[in-house]
Amino acid sequence: MGSDFVMLSLVPMAIAALAAVACALPGNFLLLRRQSMLGDAISHVVLPGIVLAFLVTGSANPWAMLLGAGIAALFSVLLIELIVRTARVEPGAAMGTVFTAMFAAGVLALERSGASGVHLDVEHALYGNLESLIWLDAKGWSSLADPAALAGLPPELTVLAAVTAVVGAFVVALWRPLSVATFDEGFAATLGLPVRALSLALIVVAAMACVAAFSAVGSILVIAMLICPPAAARLMTNRLGHQVWLSLGLAVLAALSGYVLAGYGPLWLGFADSVSAAGMIAAVSGVILGLAALAGPHRRRASSALSTPAARPYKPPNA
Amino acid sequence: MAPAALPMFDAFLLQAGYNATLVTLGSMLLGVAAGVTGTFLYLRKRSLISDALAHATLPGVGLAFLLMVALGGDGRSLPLLLVGAGLSALAGLLCVHLLSTRTRLPLDAAVGAVLSVSYGLGIVILTVIQTLSAGRQAGLEGFLLGSAAGMLRSDALLIGFGGATAALLVILFRRPLLLVAFDAGYAATRGVSPARTDLMLMVLVLAVTLTGLKVVGLILIVALLIIPPVAARLWSDRAGVVVAVAGGIGGAAGYGGAAASATAPDLPTGAVIVLLAFAAFVISLLVGPVRGLIPQALRRARMRGHLDGTG
Repeated sequence: MGSDFVMLSLVPMAIAALAAVACALPGNFLLLRRQSMLGDAISHVVLPGIVLAFLVTGSANPWAMLLGAGIAALFSVLLIELIVRTARVEPGAAMGTVFTAMFAAGVLALERSGASGVHLDVEHALYGNLESLIWLDAKGWSSLADPAALAGLPPELTVLAAVTAVVGAFVVALWRPLSVATFDEGFAATLGLPVRALSLALIVVAAMACVAAFSAVGSILVIAMLICPPAAARLMTNRLGHQVWLSLGLAVLAALSGYVLAGYGPLWLGFADSVSAAGMIAAVSGVILGLAALAGPHRRRASSALSTPAARPYKPPNA
Repeated sequence: MAPAALPMFDAFLLQAGYNATLVTLGSMLLGVAAGVTGTFLYLRKRSLISDALAHATLPGVGLAFLLMVALGGDGRSLPLLLVGAGLSALAGLLCVHLLSTRTRLPLDAAVGAVLSVSYGLGIVILTVIQTLSAGRQAGLEGFLLGSAAGMLRSDALLIGFGGATAALLVILFRRPLLLVAFDAGYAATRGVSPARTDLMLMVLVLAVTLTGLKVVGLILIVALLIIPPVAARLWSDRAGVVVAVAGGIGGAAGYGGAAASATAPDLPTGAVIVLLAFAAFVISLLVGPVRGLIPQALRRARMRGHLDGTG
């Protein structure tokens, strides 16, 4: 049991938890800025980038895919900007046009290129391949101290750990300006904060998290990780600091319990096969959000004008 | 002409068999209905909600399949699968409504949460189905990205009928829809209830989504509701013209995509339809008379020449 667990489940669970944390962190700020659907756009645009990287390098190397997805995301931002500027199309409509078309191009390229099959196919792109990210070299818990076995860890784990560290460092380092600009962009601008650069940096960081999580959970479930834990936390507290910590806890809870339920739940019920772990993680995070919507202490909109955050004097989170 | 090119030609001239013809015509009508409905959605700023509605169909498709199998059927009846899809889409719509009105979450977060969670739930049910019918392909994956190939006669009839109904409904109700889209308050004084008209719009979106589920797939159906209106907007400032052009672009994309995939069965139909619509958008972006890049540049050049000439 112990060695099986380390080989088959430990790494997927760690990857799921890291992906959940990396997405929930920027998701908190996107939620408050009403930019949650940006994650929808980014996660769709990632697909053609990953297919492109696969076609160019011929392998499913996660670093190459990270680069390809980054290029695709940059291309889509430029294309949206071009359409908005030159043809005066509304930004939301331009975004919807570009991301659906790029996703369709990714699907077509994947189906026609013969890339589907070996490492990358449409199903993995749509619902992830968390279960296949196993640690073949592990013999048991002792392998965690064995350099030779550690070298055989799936590279997706390294990529996600690195991206989670970057996302965490970004939020910690820019906590004050980021929270001021999120609640009151105009006030932040009068303080001399570079609000446009901050907004762009947040989008870049969210895109990195989406791209890294894509390999684990596929393109659409990334959105659940980006939105559900922060939304549930938002219904439980009024303080941004509490909301962020709470969302991280809920994200890890959803990732781990979702994985366990998908892998072992059907066995408990007498079935022979497990179900999709990525789908189950999204479903569990939906249940958590549903519970928060039914019983969260701050689930309602503040009714009196005095109790809205904008009407209260701003209190720095770490004061 | 090379023999290999002939079947391609056949499908575009509706000569590739009765089923293929029905599906091609049905997709064309679906495209018209989607383009016109999408224009009203776009004017009412409700395009996002249709994305949640489309993704929320997946659990219903899976549950309807499981129910049919449990009752001894083979689970492939398209009408019953679509009933399940419709019911769960309505449940998803209700969740979006409750989350965005009863809690303090903004609408976009409610849409994203419902979209991704119901999709995840649907994927879980799909994996259950895969293990149940080991060795027997349930074919439900076709609902994700759409496939027009290998369709039964009854399914093709259903899609032709659905496309025609949706197109007819949207033409019948165009006046109240247009009135509410431009000025809900004025519409109310004229005796047109905005709430009831919005409900009508959602029924139309549901009809388009269910008809398109098999051909376009639930992930990309929203593109057929967004891209044709955005492209049509580049051609005119008049609402009637925008509606007609959007319907035309949607219809052409649906027709071309379904015909192309009737000849090459492994083409993902939904992706081809969306890319055709996007091609129409790119053409509109270049030559659209109102906001297109080339007419804009010509106007600027003429203005400059005019200024130079008169000094």
